Amino acid sequence: MSAETTERTRRTARDRRTARRHGRPTLLGRGAVNALVGLSVLYTLLPVLWLLLASTKNRDALFRSDLFSSGDFSLARNLSDLFAMEGGIYGRWYVNSLLYAVLGAAIGAMVSVACGYAFDKYRFRHKEKLFGLVLAGVMVPPTVLALPLYLIASKTGLVNTFWSVFIPVLFNPFGVYLGRVFSQGYVPGEVLEAARVDGAGELTTYFRVALRMLGPGLVTVFLFQLTAIWNNFFLPMVMLSDQSLFPVSLGLYVWNSSAVVTPDYYPPVIAGSLLAVLPLIAAFVLLQRYWKSGLTAGSVK
Amino acid sequence: MSSTDSTAPVPGRPPGPARPAAAGPQTAHPPGASGAVPADRPGARTRRWARRRRLGACAALMGPFFVLLVAVFLVPVCAAVWLSFFSDDQPGLGFGPERTVFAGLRNFEAALTDPTFLSGLGTAALYCVVYIPLMVLCALALALLLDSGAVRLRRTAQLSLFLPHAVPGIIAAIIWLYLYTPGLSPVIDLLHHADVRVDFLGVRMVLPSIVNIAMWSNLGYNVVIFYAALQAVPREVTEAAVVDGAGPVRTALSVKVPLVRGSAVMVTMFTLIWSLQLFTEPMLLSQATPVVGSRYTPNMYIYDAAFTRNNYGLAAAASVVLLVVTIALSYGLSRWSNRTADTSEGDSGER
Repeated sequence: MSAETTERTRRTARDRRTARRHGRPTLLGRGAVNALVGLSVLYTLLPVLWLLLASTKNRDALFRSDLFSSGDFSLARNLSDLFAMEGGIYGRWYVNSLLYAVLGAAIGAMVSVACGYAFDKYRFRHKEKLFGLVLAGVMVPPTVLALPLYLIASKTGLVNTFWSVFIPVLFNPFGVYLGRVFSQGYVPGEVLEAARVDGAGELTTYFRVALRMLGPGLVTVFLFQLTAIWNNFFLPMVMLSDQSLFPVSLGLYVWNSSAVVTPDYYPPVIAGSLLAVLPLIAAFVLLQRYWKSGLTAGSVK
Repeated sequence: MSSTDSTAPVPGRPPGPARPAAAGPQTAHPPGASGAVPADRPGARTRRWARRRRLGACAALMGPFFVLLVAVFLVPVCAAVWLSFFSDDQPGLGFGPERTVFAGLRNFEAALTDPTFLSGLGTAALYCVVYIPLMVLCALALALLLDSGAVRLRRTAQLSLFLPHAVPGIIAAIIWLYLYTPGLSPVIDLLHHADVRVDFLGVRMVLPSIVNIAMWSNLGYNVVIFYAALQAVPREVTEAAVVDGAGPVRTALSVKVPLVRGSAVMVTMFTLIWSLQLFTEPMLLSQATPVVGSRYTPNMYIYDAAFTRNNYGLAAAASVVLLVVTIALSYGLSRWSNRTADTSEGDSGER
């Protein structure tokens, strides 16, 4: 059997080599392909580069829009202005965003992956109907829920509190879906059987054995939920009126509306945007391996 | 694998079909091995005990999520539907209106005959018609190019394309707003030098400008999805096409594309759902240009109705209309794609 397999792999490898030789685009074609991809990369990178350069300019240089003159490099001043503006409220916003996003994504990912795991490994009546309800949650975008949530929160006195933003963002039905897919892929049933035979409790098995195998999936769900919460704008806008509870996104929105009237606000908005973008970019670059597998799992299945 | 079968669903804790003598703990932290159960008919007893334990564990694992689902999904959806049938007698009094009266379908009538709501729906529809095909085609084309094997630095390119996804929507909108603003924008300066004058925030250009922001933000994300699906296409299939003499373009269009139509449907569906919710970008642009009014899209209309006009009934009715439209369109899309998948043989290679 193994001889046959090696023979087959050898043959497919050879076929593949010849196929690649024939299927390869011509030199001209390859140039065009690279040019197109290169242009798209420029399209996505240049605005971020502009943000980077613009945050080193003071107000006057910004409006002269000579981005590459190195004469007035005022990144440090812009940053100190940013944190001094309106009594240093930007720092507060940043901490709020971190709290909402990191804490929310950590708890939300745990909750949804546990649920997805249970959907995969246990059988009970009406399971697929229940899962259909979860998928309905994926289909209904959070913005539709924001207004009714506001009304409920105002009835229960939660409106304009930390919890009014924090609790709704924990809900991540797509995480349940991913959790189920990952559980199918990463946690073999035999392992659970073995743990049961050894007399380990179900929850102990989950936390000691399965969760470790689900690690990469958990990171993926965490990362996407982190992004979603960090990007969240509509819900905080609806729920919060106290500026000291704002996340960065809402704070920058408010400052931007002032910038239209007072151009002094432009440099802090730009520097503030840059700082708000950095942690996510860092997370995505460092955790590439995970989110790519997450997207693959989400799309192929 | 052997698991508990056919017992009631989770969170509310099921009434077990057979009732074991011991009122066992629901969330299982079972004391030691299941063999510890007394020994009259040990087999059945143990099995029943194990089943209860498993169900308990299952409930414990699913419970937190379903509590959230009820609290922030089911209840709000029901509340929105409920509210849309009521209206306040004294609007504008702040929270907790004094008198709420049953209004029947009046709120729906008010929303659906309001020209600003209808024009908002029109804007959303136009946006979808421009944005969705553009997005799906560009993302698919780029993924095919990346998959063609001709691209240098493929992973770097992919990562760079994906980068804007890490930029929060509001910040993407801020960046592009500044790039659209004369005086701030190097783009406008460059065009100016070439004697081209474009008012990105004018009546004609504002919708394409918004489409551009959304393209920039989401293109790379969808490219990665398509690319992942293309990577899953069995190499034998494409190689067979090449051996049969198909060129790279032909292989891409008539072999690879049909095989990733599942992903295409998914991308289309999610893009559609999110497009109908258009809010962040126009909301930000409305600060800078009078062309974008405060009720430019359905979601902005809802926000305006609720928080500027304090008419919660109207806002709830508009939310329900938007929700129904969203569900109807995505349901229709999935039905349509299933039907065409059944009739077309192009899908046979998948799975």
